[in-house]
Amino acid sequence: MKKLLTVLIICLLSACASQNKQSAEVDDRAMGSSGSGSKDGAGSSGGFGLSPLRDPNNILSQRSVYYDYDSYTVKSEYRELVLAHARYLRDNSDAKVLLQGNTDDRGSREYNLALGQKRANSVKNAMLLSGARDQQIEAVSLGEEKPRATEHGESAWAENRRTDILYQGEY
Amino acid sequence: MRVFTRYCYLALSLLLWSNQAYATLNIEIFGGGAKKIPIAIVPFSQEERLPQSMTAIVSADLERTGLFKMVGTFGQTPHEPNDIVYADWQSRGASAMVIGSTHLLPDGRIDVRFRLMDVAKASQITGFTGAVPPNQLRAAAHRIADIIYEALTGNVGVFSTRIAFVVKEGNKYALQIADSDGHNAQSIIEYTEPIISPAWSPDGSKIAYVSFENKKPVIYVQNLATRERKAVANFKGSNSAPAWSPNGDKLAVVLTLHGGSQIFLINADGSGLQRLAQSPGIDTEPNFSPDGRSIIFTSDRGGSPQIYRMAISGGSAGAAERLTFEGSYNVSPRFSPDGKSFTYIHRNGDRFNIALQGLNNRQVQLLTNSKFDESPSFAPNGKMILYATEISGRGILSVVSSDGQTKQRLSSQTGDIREPSWGPLLKSQRNNDFIN
Repeated sequence: MKKLLTVLIICLLSACASQNKQSAEVDDRAMGSSGSGSKDGAGSSGGFGLSPLRDPNNILSQRSVYYDYDSYTVKSEYRELVLAHARYLRDNSDAKVLLQGNTDDRGSREYNLALGQKRANSVKNAMLLSGARDQQIEAVSLGEEKPRATEHGESAWAENRRTDILYQGEY
Repeated sequence: MRVFTRYCYLALSLLLWSNQAYATLNIEIFGGGAKKIPIAIVPFSQEERLPQSMTAIVSADLERTGLFKMVGTFGQTPHEPNDIVYADWQSRGASAMVIGSTHLLPDGRIDVRFRLMDVAKASQITGFTGAVPPNQLRAAAHRIADIIYEALTGNVGVFSTRIAFVVKEGNKYALQIADSDGHNAQSIIEYTEPIISPAWSPDGSKIAYVSFENKKPVIYVQNLATRERKAVANFKGSNSAPAWSPNGDKLAVVLTLHGGSQIFLINADGSGLQRLAQSPGIDTEPNFSPDGRSIIFTSDRGGSPQIYRMAISGGSAGAAERLTFEGSYNVSPRFSPDGKSFTYIHRNGDRFNIALQGLNNRQVQLLTNSKFDESPSFAPNGKMILYATEISGRGILSVVSSDGQTKQRLSSQTGDIREPSWGPLLKSQRNNDFIN
């Protein structure tokens, strides 16, 4: 029991540590940006009855985060997008998302499933730190099983190194 | 149900088979060592009237092992011991020969008789007689191959065992079960979403697998006889990489309940969740040692995916020992049935190949050199490894002997095939109850 507790504490501490780091990165980026992402993201319907999630002019209609090879860090160019979704979740407490991590098709299917999970988790962690709640987000992996691009080669692989954000009703 | 009936039938028919000379067999007769056993397989009488040639199936089975050399029959077709001119067969270099006959019975079954002969001693080694329904001819041929293999090598034959794999055709995925040579495939389940990681229960009655039908990976266990299935791990996050404990009462599974992919134990019915290992990175692809005391698995805790071993009970439980050190990508480990070695996928430059390594030494033997090999799985006698590979963008199944000497594709398959898993020995084989 004592051992378990120690492990748990270490786990929590390390989770905090890594989350703090990501939080700083995400917040920096948000403050440096115009802030339009967050305003649009706050549930405004754009006045045409179009859901902000589907309005092509709204950043919330963007649903994919791409990664470098063998990496699961959310690149700075996607932080605004992730933050916008996090704020939407914060302001719409009934909203729920499924984050699906994906990989290219090189290597073991199960190991790729675990890599895709890391990618989905990286988006989830960034969202949690920006006001979304844990019960609103499920991070899962599709590994290499559902490639958007089916060819071999770098451009297809890059397209498949991806986390998709799906709102309830979209999956 | 069909699978079950088939096993029952085999169990019954096995009682009819006589193996009077089994105990006197020895490997020395045929030279042993790395030398191939020269064997002549004479087509059975009236075989051409059957839906398929039984001796062709027997020959293909034996050849796939790499242990046999087929000796030509030069048009001679003895079917009874008295017809054999042993001197002729000796001069052709045959050490053993197989003869037999097939006879259509009034009830539609086929009376099959086969004998394995020792050419030098001019005597029968083993044989059997049995009545076989037409749809069981392939199964009977595989049993004949098993009996020959066992008589001449001293090891249990695996030709009557079954394999599982996933076939993708268009956007359809089917989990299929086939004979060990890839023939006679039947779909267990079909979906428009991916299926991966099929794993046979140790008694061969169930298969655990991962299905994406709910837009995320969930582990199911399906009973092959009743086709009943149950989601045994459907926790928040991803559920994958099921592995059966040797006695079949537990599954090691990979869950993401606390973020990253980590290994847990559950009862085979999905109850009794218990965390098995704890690491900051990815732990996945668990596989039980045959004695059930430890698992090997893939982990990136050291910075790159490597294979580790961990005791699951006792004083050292939870402490992992790294097993692979060559290269920066070693995944998909599977214990050999004797627990002395393990096979895995090793990235070799830009290739992914089948590797074999002793558990107590670090010597790595690469068994293949193709481009994309995946999912190695030992035959239950440890003598062959089934794996998936790729030819012009299409997945196919292939078998390599554990010494790397013989590789052969399993033919007759269509679609894009992946995720093979070699099933256990038949119950009758495990109990050895067909050996009198």
